[in-house]
Amino acid sequence: MGFDRLIKGFSGLRVLKEGLTGNTGWTAHWRDPDPKPEYDIIIIGGGGHGLATAHYLASQHGITNVAVLEKGYLGGGNVGRNTTIVRANYMLPGNSEFYSHSLKLWEGLENDLNYNVMHSQRGIINLFHSDGQRDAFARRGNQMIAQGDDAILLDRAGVQRLLPYLDFDQTRFPIYGGLYHKRGGTARHDAVAWGFARGADSRGVDLIQQCEVTGIDIENGAVRGVQTTRGAIRAKKVGMVVAGRSSQVAAMAGMRLPIESHVLQAFVTEGLKPCIDHVVTYGMGHFYISQSDKGGLVFGGDLDLYSSYASRGNLPTAEHVVEAAMTLMPVIGKAKMLRSWGGIMDMTPDGSPVIDRTHIDGLYVNCGWCYGGFKATPASGHTFAHLLATDTPHPVAAKLRLDRFRTGRGILDEEATGSQHNLH
Amino acid sequence: MRLPCPICGERDRREFYYQGAAVALHRPAPDADADAWQDFVYLRENLPGDHEELWSHDAGCGAWLVVTRNTVTHAILGAKLASEVAR
Repeated sequence: MGFDRLIKGFSGLRVLKEGLTGNTGWTAHWRDPDPKPEYDIIIIGGGGHGLATAHYLASQHGITNVAVLEKGYLGGGNVGRNTTIVRANYMLPGNSEFYSHSLKLWEGLENDLNYNVMHSQRGIINLFHSDGQRDAFARRGNQMIAQGDDAILLDRAGVQRLLPYLDFDQTRFPIYGGLYHKRGGTARHDAVAWGFARGADSRGVDLIQQCEVTGIDIENGAVRGVQTTRGAIRAKKVGMVVAGRSSQVAAMAGMRLPIESHVLQAFVTEGLKPCIDHVVTYGMGHFYISQSDKGGLVFGGDLDLYSSYASRGNLPTAEHVVEAAMTLMPVIGKAKMLRSWGGIMDMTPDGSPVIDRTHIDGLYVNCGWCYGGFKATPASGHTFAHLLATDTPHPVAAKLRLDRFRTGRGILDEEATGSQHNLH
Repeated sequence: MRLPCPICGERDRREFYYQGAAVALHRPAPDADADAWQDFVYLRENLPGDHEELWSHDAGCGAWLVVTRNTVTHAILGAKLASEVAR
């Protein structure tokens, strides 16, 4: 693989060679095949998680007779519309080991994929603004260290050294300190989808775009294949990986999921010189920010908090986000907002995802990523591929069960706000 | 987004609290089985299009409303008092 990569993949040598020969040797990153009549495994959804699943099925389990069916274009959904943050600062058993696993996969991802996903471990600082919040963050930091990850509790002076541009003495919510997660950071969201797509395609997986699934064929309680806008395709196993649209696809199998779809907005300013070096989250309002490599300040806040498939939000949430931004860092007032958008989130009642089998043989579901699916992309694909290949849950995803809502066992309510649809 | 409160008239979305799908009006009997409770508390149709949902006019009259709203266009198609719908 090493020598192959050097001359056919992406390498310094290859860049030099192409640079000297007119860049005529670059080829498409993946094929554009027509669907075959039958596959071992069909993955519905060519987003980050679906493509990652296909990549790991091929690379970890040697299963390559696989199709990824995408109704639009690869990476055109939430993986291309998020705020790109990568972190492992969860606390509850179930989430903790899963996101820890994901961060480790991120750290080896570029080497694994031979693709520059621009993973940048620039550090995340969660600010706190009261003694009580300090205690809660100290506890969370200890939990992160206990799970094998990193956390540093910064006092006010410690935050001041790293983030001198913040307004530390806001009238109502002075900054007491921050929880610093150094291995957290960002990645280039599109490149993550493209890297996984290329990884899967190069091993023989068919990535089929403009192919919408219109029905799921089930006989005697077992899945037989799918109906699509490009004809019927048979399969022994089908995985639904369509966060944002999970309820619609599951309905084709006669299922109802514990999901409400909500809209989450995000915002980008014009490109600026480097000024914000970390990911920063405000502890007293819904606001978080980082700076992209293009220079735009990328920031967001809370859900609009009503059910929506509109991919665009309303003004009250935008106002709240901007007010919080101006409170925390008045300097941002000089920047011009370039654009804003909304994505559709699979919101579960406890705010945690589902990676599980269904009651239908051969039908599997990966859904419920709420507003935090991007950082999970490698682990979601890795553990879903494990489940599809072996029919047993991967140990780090074993608690992300679909039946936790029916039984009440193992509810993963990270924020402790209650397990109810409108609370996350 | 503006919601038509049957008592107060059309008001800004900021005055309202969103509870969720209007399933709360179909509460199972206390001795119903786990499936019925899962259906009621957790499982949702959640399809794009017209959606019946519960909103409370928190910063107004305080009434609970059943609002019919299109989740794709955000168009409001009507609102009734929940107390009348549940009757």
